[in-house]
Amino acid sequence: MNYPNELLYSKTHEWVKEEDGVVVIGISDYAQDALGDLVFINLPEVGDEVVAGEAFGDVESVKAVSDLVCPVSGTVCAINEELLDSPEMLNEEPYDAWIIKVENETDREELLSAADYEAFCAEEG
Amino acid sequence: MKLIFEKSAAGHRCAILPPCDVEEVALPAELTREAAPKLPELNETEISRHYTELNKRVHGVNCGFYPLGSCTMKYNPRIDEETAALPGFTAVHPLAPAHTVEGCKEALDTAKAYLCEITGMDDMTFQPAAGAHGEFTGVMLIKQYHDARGDSKRRKIIVPDSAHGTNPATAAMCGYDVVNIPSAPNGCVDLEALKAVLGEDTAGLMLTNPNTVGIFDENILEITRLVHEAGGLCYYDGANLNAVMGVVRPGDMGFDCIHLNLHKTFATPHGGGGPGSGAVGCKAALAPYLPNKDGIRVRSFHGNFLVVIKALTYLLTLGKEGVPEAAKNAVLNANYLQSKIKGTFTPAFDRLCMHEFVLDLSGFKKETGVSALDVAKSLIDYGMHPPTMYFPLIVHEALMLEPTETESRDTLDEAAEIFRKLFELAKTDPDYMHAAPHNAQIGRPDEVRAARNPILRYSFE
Amino acid sequence: MGSYVPSTPEQQQEMLQALGLNSFRELFSVVPEEMYLEDGALNIPGGMSELEVIRKVSEMAGKNRVFSTVLRGAGAYDHYIPSIVKYIPAKEEFLTAYTPYQAEMSQGILQSIFEYQTMICELTGMDVSNASVYDGATAAAEAAAMCRDRKRRVTLISAAAHPDTIQTVKTYCYGTGDELRIVPAKDGKTDLQALKEMLTPEVASFYVQQPNFYGMIEDAQAIGELVHEAGAMYVMGCNPISLGLLKSPRECGADVAVGEGQPLGMPLSYGGPYLGFMCTTQKHMRKLPGRIVGETVDSKGERAYVLSLQAREQHIRREKASSNICSNQALCALTAGVYMATMGAEGIAQAAKQSMSKAHYLAKELCSIPGVSLKHEGEFFHEFLTLLPKAEEVLKALEQADILGGLPVDDGILWCATEKVSKAQLDKAVAIVKEVLA
Repeated sequence: MNYPNELLYSKTHEWVKEEDGVVVIGISDYAQDALGDLVFINLPEVGDEVVAGEAFGDVESVKAVSDLVCPVSGTVCAINEELLDSPEMLNEEPYDAWIIKVENETDREELLSAADYEAFCAEEG
Repeated sequence: MKLIFEKSAAGHRCAILPPCDVEEVALPAELTREAAPKLPELNETEISRHYTELNKRVHGVNCGFYPLGSCTMKYNPRIDEETAALPGFTAVHPLAPAHTVEGCKEALDTAKAYLCEITGMDDMTFQPAAGAHGEFTGVMLIKQYHDARGDSKRRKIIVPDSAHGTNPATAAMCGYDVVNIPSAPNGCVDLEALKAVLGEDTAGLMLTNPNTVGIFDENILEITRLVHEAGGLCYYDGANLNAVMGVVRPGDMGFDCIHLNLHKTFATPHGGGGPGSGAVGCKAALAPYLPNKDGIRVRSFHGNFLVVIKALTYLLTLGKEGVPEAAKNAVLNANYLQSKIKGTFTPAFDRLCMHEFVLDLSGFKKETGVSALDVAKSLIDYGMHPPTMYFPLIVHEALMLEPTETESRDTLDEAAEIFRKLFELAKTDPDYMHAAPHNAQIGRPDEVRAARNPILRYSFE
Repeated sequence: MGSYVPSTPEQQQEMLQALGLNSFRELFSVVPEEMYLEDGALNIPGGMSELEVIRKVSEMAGKNRVFSTVLRGAGAYDHYIPSIVKYIPAKEEFLTAYTPYQAEMSQGILQSIFEYQTMICELTGMDVSNASVYDGATAAAEAAAMCRDRKRRVTLISAAAHPDTIQTVKTYCYGTGDELRIVPAKDGKTDLQALKEMLTPEVASFYVQQPNFYGMIEDAQAIGELVHEAGAMYVMGCNPISLGLLKSPRECGADVAVGEGQPLGMPLSYGGPYLGFMCTTQKHMRKLPGRIVGETVDSKGERAYVLSLQAREQHIRREKASSNICSNQALCALTAGVYMATMGAEGIAQAAKQSMSKAHYLAKELCSIPGVSLKHEGEFFHEFLTLLPKAEEVLKALEQADILGGLPVDDGILWCATEKVSKAQLDKAVAIVKEVLA
């Protein structure tokens, strides 16, 4: 399992990265492995307000659906539309397959470092 | 096998209609379609062969054991088909004048009288077309009841975590917030958890009894009393009525309304996924809110009328003695099969069950690597329809078996023997089971591919 | 009494004993005493033999009037049903199977649904179809639900739609707490000016029935343009036989096409079982409720069919699902598939053309009687509304001649003709009306 050092992680298994004041969000390698083959993603729209700790979309496998929980509060400024046609990218390259970008961050969940997150996953698993 | 479109040959046709015997009128060009639909061109022989070939690739209740939990796959009597095909029913227009449809009215009234007595309800509608549709109708009764009293703070419907997915989905369709409550370790309602969520905002409780793990909740009177005390109403999901019909009545358990699955409990065929009939019964206090001319309507006309005729035929056949006899034997068969399987696979709850029981294969999977899915698929090689898989959600690696009353002891013995063989096989050749089925119409389908790249129609290219 | 329990009383006793029990009461020991029904306590009549049952139910059926000529439609249409269309869905396996959860032993049902989906897509011109819903009215209600999003919550429906459809959509909207607004009709058709004004930014969708309840052909394409200009979704409820001739919903710009599938081979049956068909464009595919069959390959690489896109559904999404539907009308969808295969595109076009021609002949003949006139001007398909004096007497006289006349609607009579009625039957009906009004 891969836990890149330059990212922060939520306890609901999203990863977070900051780029020029914009928060980029995806799901971790651990999450994609646990969810299995993903077949579809429901995304918010650009301009939607998201709230830390609340769902901003969901991912579907064949027999399950899981909420995507937003680690930060703010405004969605970009969505990765490529995932709509190629949800397998979430399985294949979870750290390249960003899901949304959020600007005007007002709040965030407690986030873990790569090492702490790895320990957290080991406990869960 | 080939699709019907791949068998199509230009010019093949059936001669159905005579030439038009009045002057033909034509529509202005701006109203007519540009291209004809690409429907297949076949002769009647070809159509008959095609569908006969398809029909050979279907497993019906008439083919063999079908212990699909929660679905009550009992034998569908042929007499029920014959009565429902009487021209006196099939040729009747739904908006024909009342004095010309007295037979339809008598049939519906008779079915209503039987079913109200069996459920302990005062009134009933046959408008809903299926179980989930009945749930929607039933919860709408609850909604109208509270609304009519101006009791607008009741925003929540309580649903146990063992419930069918339709229960929470229904509550949401009726605008309610869903409160899921955990089950007690014995699979029944956790009274403390229930008390903790009951209050002024409780609109009602949706419950299946016996529940989805096949256990009759001994606290049922206490449960319905608590809900009523909080000002809520109790909804009975009739999916499992086959266990108790003629033995105990939901109305006597304290329920205010109920839906029935006539296509489960009352032996009407499932038709590969419908049509069903989701008759909804209620106590007198809710009767004014049943579908009526000025109130709610959940579909056109009078519901799936012919399905009601089939259920009525079944009820007339069984009658006073046969109805409880069916329930008692459904429960007997389930317990007999459970006891026979118990030496191998592990029941999730080791006790007497009602009409169905759940196996918990989580330990077995840990030990052998063989999952509930592998076992289910292996059963197909023996010509048995697999049980319901991975439901209810509160049991991991669940297989849920409902044999019904129309199976003989020999069939149950044979089924138990097949389970025993698979239990042994898992230890010696798990890979064979991972790859099952081996002798079916197809191997395991790639469902991920189907969902990622949906092909939902033939493309003609 | 009748019974379908194979075990003899002796076998039942042995099975009880194998469980360490002596009686059925012990098997039900969890049921509290105060609610347990002792033998004979259930207050319904005793059971009957098959011969007695068939006598009793046939007697009930015999109390209904079966008319040799049906000139009434209003949502249920008396088309001719080819013989083979009755036989195929009666095959025991098709009849008695459950929903095809286990693809490995259900390819026949899955393929028949896939073929049905394709045929309905062809008829409507849409991209994807589900495996069916309960009927035309619930299809309209489900369509309204699938068009709503967080921002657009209001549903519009034409007053010229079937009253049962309007009432059903209203009930579903009451359920979710969403608003339904009814767009008035003018001269028997949707009032386009009123529609334009009512298409406000909170409107999610508009539903029009084609042909409408009065039989009139709506300006469906113009309506579609108005609806799309306002950013709303366009839902068309179509008579499937009329689609043999009329512009398809796709050609009219519909986002969702639904309808009552009963005319595709299902008998009148006092209202059911019928068939709700429902289809949409590629773009809205994942919002479609209900079962959908998809093509894939099996472990050997062979073509196979499965229930697909299941993560939309209630058994996975639970309270977040947009619909609770599971059972649909699969056997009716099979019936419709066989009907469409038997009739073919040419046969359906013929049925449509003849129904329309006969309705126009009937209208012309009726209107040649002094005092009888068409209520609305404009193009109609196979139904039309007449104004005529002594409506009650007219219908009674027809009934005595074994003819089910049109339906009293508002201040007129709504007539319908299909390909099934001959010119002679129509002439007889007209002669009776003439006599009553003479």
